Amino acid sequence: MNMLVDLFLTFARVGVMTFGGGYAMLPILEREVCDNKKWAEPAELMDYYAIGQCTPGVIAVNVATFLGSKIRGTIGAVVATAGMVFPSLVIITVIAALISNFSDLMWVQNAFAGIRVCVCVLIFNAVVKLWKAAVVDARAFVIFAVVLLGSVFLNLSPVVYVLLAGVAGIGLQIKKIPDKKS
Amino acid sequence: MVYLQLFYEFFKTGLFSVGGGMATVPFLQNMVSKTGWFTFGELADMIAVAESTPGPLGVNMATYVGYTVGLQYHGVAGGILGAVDATVGLVLPSVIVILIIARILQKFRESKYVEAAFYGLRPASAGLIGAAGISIILIAFFRVENIYQLFSAGKFNIGQVILAAVLLYLTRYCKKTKKLHPIYFILLSAVIGVICQFGAVA
Repeated sequence: MNMLVDLFLTFARVGVMTFGGGYAMLPILEREVCDNKKWAEPAELMDYYAIGQCTPGVIAVNVATFLGSKIRGTIGAVVATAGMVFPSLVIITVIAALISNFSDLMWVQNAFAGIRVCVCVLIFNAVVKLWKAAVVDARAFVIFAVVLLGSVFLNLSPVVYVLLAGVAGIGLQIKKIPDKKS
Repeated sequence: MVYLQLFYEFFKTGLFSVGGGMATVPFLQNMVSKTGWFTFGELADMIAVAESTPGPLGVNMATYVGYTVGLQYHGVAGGILGAVDATVGLVLPSVIVILIIARILQKFRESKYVEAAFYGLRPASAGLIGAAGISIILIAFFRVENIYQLFSAGKFNIGQVILAAVLLYLTRYCKKTKKLHPIYFILLSAVIGVICQFGAVA
C-alpha cells in the first residue's frame, strides 16, 4: 500500500480511538505506531510527547506532526496530521448539525444544564493537574495568581498573558538553570 | 470575510495555547466577547460535546466552533466550510512549529531559554484555564456572563450545587470511579439534568 495512504489511515484510526486526546492517546499510539507499524521506538514517542506538550497547540496534533515528519519528512507530517484531525471533522460536524436542530427542546436544555455542571468539575480537575506540574515555588504562584485574577477581572487577549509569562519565566529563571552542555 | 477572521482567530489560538486541549478554552472565551459568534453557555456545551466524542479536545472544539459560525452565515455548507477552516487554522501553527523543532531537536531540548520560558508559561496556562473555568461556573450556576454581574444574579439551583459536589467526589476521591473516562460523568450529569429539570431555573 502507498506509504502516505497508510500513514493517513493509521493516524485516522488513532484519532477515532482516542477520547479526550493528550495522554489518553499515548497507549493507542504506542500500539499502532511502535508495535504494529514499527515506525518509531517507544522512547522516541516519549520524547515527542515531552516536546509536544510544551510547544504551542494541541498535544495530539504536535505528536502526529513529529511522527509524520520522522517517517516521511514534511509531506509525512502534513498527511499524519490530516489523518489525526479527519475523524474529528466528520464526527463533530455531524453532531453539531444534529444538536443545532434539537437545541430548542426543553429536555435538551435540561440535559445541558446538568452537563455544564460537569464541565466545571472537569475544568477544575484539569487546573489542579496542571497546577501540580506548574506551581513549583512562590514566584510561579505569583504568575499563576496574576494571570488568573487578570483574566477574571480584565478583558485582555490571552496572547498578552502568554507572551508576558514567557518573558517573565526567562527573566526570573535563566540564571538558575545550569549549563546543560557537557 | 468571516472565514478569514475565523482562520485568523484559530491560527492565533493554535500558536499561543500551551498545555493541551483545555488551553484553547481561554482563547475561545476571548472570541465570545470579541466577535459574538456564540455565547458563553454554548461554549460550555461545546466543551462537553468535544469531551464526549472521539478525537483531540482542541481539534473537536475548533471544528465545532467553525461549524457553528459558518452555519449562521451560509447554512450547512457554510458550517462545513467553517469547520474545516477553523481546524486548519488551529493545526497549521503546530505543524510549522514542530517541523522547525524537529530539525533542531537537540538544541531545543538543551536550551536554557526554552526551559526558563516554560517555567513562566506553565503557571500562566493554569491561570488562564482557571479563569475560563470561573466564567463557566458563573454561566452554569448563576446564569451571568462576567464576575461584575454576579451581585445582581438571580437565585441558583441548589440541585446543581449538590451535583457538583457529588461529581467532585466521584472524579477526585472515590477510588472506584476516578479513573473513569469523563464521558460517563457527562452522561450522568445529562440524565440528572433532565430528571431534575435544571434548565427551568432562570
